[in-house]
Amino acid sequence: MYGKGILTGMKVTMARFVTTYLDDLRMLGRRYYNPAGIEYRRSKDAKGIFTVQYPEEKLPMPEEFRFVPFLIYDVMPDGSHQDRCTSCGICAKVCPPQCIWIEQTTNPETGRPVPEPVEFFIDIDICMNCGYCAEYCPFDAIKMDHNYELASYDRHAYHIFNKERLSQPAEYYAGIRPANYSREEAIRREKEAKKAAAEAARAAKAAE
Amino acid sequence: MTEMTAERKLSALEERFPGKVSPDARPGYEGFTVAPKDLLEVATALRDELGYDYLSSVTAVDYPEENVFEVVYHFYKSTGGRALVLSAQTPRNKASLPSLTPLYPAADFQEREAWDLMGVKFEGHPDLRRILMWEGFDGFPLRKDWKEAYYEEEHKPFAARWPEGAVRRSEDLNAFSGNVAYSKEFMAQPDKYEEEAEPLLYAKLNEEAEKMGRNFETDFVTVNMGPQHPSTHGVFRMAVMLDGETIVALKPVMGYLHRNHEKIGERNTYLHNMPFTDRLDYLSSMSNNWGYALAVEKLMGNRVSVPERAEYIRVIMAELTRISNHLWAIGFLLNDLGAFFTPSLYAIEERELILDIFEATTGSRMMCNYFRFGGVARDFPEDSWNKLKDLVNERLPRRIDELDVYLTNNEIVGSRTTGVGVLTPEEAIAYGMAGPVLRASGVPYDVRRADPYGIYESFDFDVAVRYHGDCYDRYIIRMDELRQSLKILQQAVKRIPAGSVLDKNPYNVRVPAGESYGRVEGPKGELGFYIVSDGSANPHRYHVRAPSFINLTALEKMCVGQKVADVVVILGSIDIVLGEVDR
Ligand code: SF4
Ligand code: SF4
Repeated sequence: MYGKGILTGMKVTMARFVTTYLDDLRMLGRRYYNPAGIEYRRSKDAKGIFTVQYPEEKLPMPEEFRFVPFLIYDVMPDGSHQDRCTSCGICAKVCPPQCIWIEQTTNPETGRPVPEPVEFFIDIDICMNCGYCAEYCPFDAIKMDHNYELASYDRHAYHIFNKERLSQPAEYYAGIRPANYSREEAIRREKEAKKAAAEAARAAKAAE
Repeated sequence: MTEMTAERKLSALEERFPGKVSPDARPGYEGFTVAPKDLLEVATALRDELGYDYLSSVTAVDYPEENVFEVVYHFYKSTGGRALVLSAQTPRNKASLPSLTPLYPAADFQEREAWDLMGVKFEGHPDLRRILMWEGFDGFPLRKDWKEAYYEEEHKPFAARWPEGAVRRSEDLNAFSGNVAYSKEFMAQPDKYEEEAEPLLYAKLNEEAEKMGRNFETDFVTVNMGPQHPSTHGVFRMAVMLDGETIVALKPVMGYLHRNHEKIGERNTYLHNMPFTDRLDYLSSMSNNWGYALAVEKLMGNRVSVPERAEYIRVIMAELTRISNHLWAIGFLLNDLGAFFTPSLYAIEERELILDIFEATTGSRMMCNYFRFGGVARDFPEDSWNKLKDLVNERLPRRIDELDVYLTNNEIVGSRTTGVGVLTPEEAIAYGMAGPVLRASGVPYDVRRADPYGIYESFDFDVAVRYHGDCYDRYIIRMDELRQSLKILQQAVKRIPAGSVLDKNPYNVRVPAGESYGRVEGPKGELGFYIVSDGSANPHRYHVRAPSFINLTALEKMCVGQKVADVVVILGSIDIVLGEVDR
C-alpha cells in the first residue's frame, strides 16, 4: 500500500512524542535543572528531550576537557608563590599556532638563565585548544583549564593573557583534574624519594 | 609480499616501456619516474593494460634546488592492492605537463588545484581555471618562495616566541606590507578578480550547455545556488544552467573556506600538523588524525611502533567517527529532502553520546587531536569505557534499527531519491569517487579491505556495496555501513588487550627523508596524506587527498539531466564538508 512506509515512520515520531511526556511525568521535577537529570539525559537509557538548557544548565565537564591553558604555581610553606614554569620554552615550541610568548631572563651575576619566566603570554584567540603545551611540559607547569566562558567585547584589551592572568595555584589544578593531579604527585614523590635515597647513600659513602 | 609485488610491478612496467620508465632512485622514494613526453602513453597503458584504473591522487611538489616541479600520481587497481606511484618533472620556469583528465576524469579538479596553487600548466585540460583561489589572483601560494599574509618566518617554531617573548598581536603584522609576495600590479588592484573570474565561469557554463543542445527555442537560465544557501552545508556555490527546470550544465565554485592548509602544514613541524588535520573534515577528526599519523609512521619506519592496545583504540575511534558522520549525513540528507530537522535531530542525539566519549577521552568533542606517532595520546577513562560498551552493544543497534524503520521505506524518500543522480560503476571509478559514493555504484572498494592498514585484517566485517548508484543507494549504503561499523566495534571492545597506548612521545619528532602516502577509509572516502620529508623538522611537502573535494568532480555528471530541486539531494548524498573541500 502506498503510504505505508510513511505511516510506519510516523509511528516512530509519535512514539518519541509520547515518551517525551511520559518520561517528563515519570521523573517529575528530577529531569531538569539538576545534575542527576543531566546525567540521565546523556545516558544510554535516555529518552525524550535531550537538550541541556545552557546557560541555566551546564554539562558537567570530564576531567580531560581542555580549553585554554593556565600556569601553575606552588604555594610555599612561607606563603610565597613559586612558579613551576622554568621557562624552558618547550611549550612555545610545540604550540601549533605559535600563540605562546615566553620572556626568559638571565641572572646578571652568573649569566645563567633564571628558572622562572619574567613574562608569559598566551593569545587565547589564537590558541587552538590542542593541549600540546600541557602534554609536553616536562615540569607539569602548564595545564588545560576547564573555564570556557571567556567571551568579552574587546579582544585587544583582554585576550592576551599575561603571567598574572594565567597563573593558578596547584590547588586549583587538583580541583579540576584530580586524577591527573594525584598521578603526577605520586610520580613526583617517587622521584623525590629516589633522589633523597641516592643522596643519603652518597652521604653515607662520603662518611665512610 | 611487498617485495614480490614491487618486483613484479617493476618488471611489468619496465618491460612494457624499456628506457621510458625507471624506478625512482632517490632514497626513500617508492615510485617510478617518467619523462613528460611519455606520460600519456604510460598512463594509457596503466589503465588499459595493467589494470590501474583508479587514479587516486594527483599533486605537485616544488623542488626549488633542482629547479623543477614534480607531479606525483598515485594509481590503484579498483580490485585492490597497493599503489603505483608515478612522477614526472617539469622545469620551474616553464612548468607544463600533459593533462591526464581526458584519460582519467579523476584528475580534473586535482590538476586544477595543482595549477591554482603551484602553477603547473596541464596541456589538454578541458577547463584549466583556478579552483580554490580566484581567477585574477596573483601568484601560486604553494610554491616554496611564496609568502602569505601575516608571514613571519619560513618554519615553526618561530624565534620570536622564546626566549625573548616580545608579544604582539597577529593583526599588528600588516597583511599587505613587506611580509607578502604579491606583485606590484596586483597590489595596485587587489580586487580585479571580480572582473575576470565570473565571465570565465559563465563562458564555460555556456559552452557545456551548448554542447547539450536545446529542445525548444528557449533561453537557458543561469542560477547561482550559494555560496549562502542552506542546502550547500557550508559556503559552496553551484553555477547552474537550466533549460526550464532541467539542468544542462553545472559548475561548482569553491574555495570560500580556503586557508592554504597545505602551506600551513609545510611551515609546521610534524607534530604541529596533527591538530590542524582535525579541522579538515571537522566532523571526523579521528579519521583525519589516523591518515596523517599513518603517513608519518610509514616514513619513520622502524623508529616507531604502535602498541596493540593503541591499534584497537584507533579502530574504535575511527569506527565511532564513521557512525557519527553517517548519522549526520543521513540526518541532513533528510533535511535536504525537506523533512526539516526531525530526522536529523534523531540522528544527532546518538552522535552526541559518541561525542561525550570523545570528550571524556581526548578532551574535546570535535577537535580531538588524539593520535600520536606511535599510538594515541591517552587511554579511555573508566567511565567512558563503560559508556562505550553500553553504546555499541545496546543503544546504537537499537537506534539504528529505529532510524531504519523510520526512513528506509518512506515513500517520499524513495521517490525523491530513486534513480536520481545515477553514477555507473565505470564512471564512479573514472571520476575517482571514493567511499560510500563509490560503493553505492557497485564497486566494492574499501581501503580497509583493499589495502588494509592498522589491524583491520583481524576483524570480521563486510564491505557494504549497493548497485544502482543513485541517491537512494547512497543513503542505504550508509545504513549498511553503520551496521558494519557496529560489528567491528563489538568485536573490538570484546577483544581489546591491556597495555600501554603510546611508547615514546618526543616533542621534536624526526622523520627520515623520503616520500610516503598514508591513506585511510574515512567516512567520506579515501583520505590520503602525501608527505615528502627532507629529513628536517618540517615536512617539505604536505598534501591532503580530500575525498569531499574529489567526490565533487562527478557532481556535474550526476546532475545533468536532473531537475534543479534534485541538485540539493545529490549534493547531500555525496556528503561533503567544506573544511575539507576548501582546505
Ligand atoms: S610551561 Fe613548561 S614547557 Fe612551558 S616553558 Fe614553562 S616549564 Fe617549559
Ligand atoms: S593549547 Fe595548543 S594552541 Fe593553545 S597554547 Fe597550548 S599548545 Fe598552544
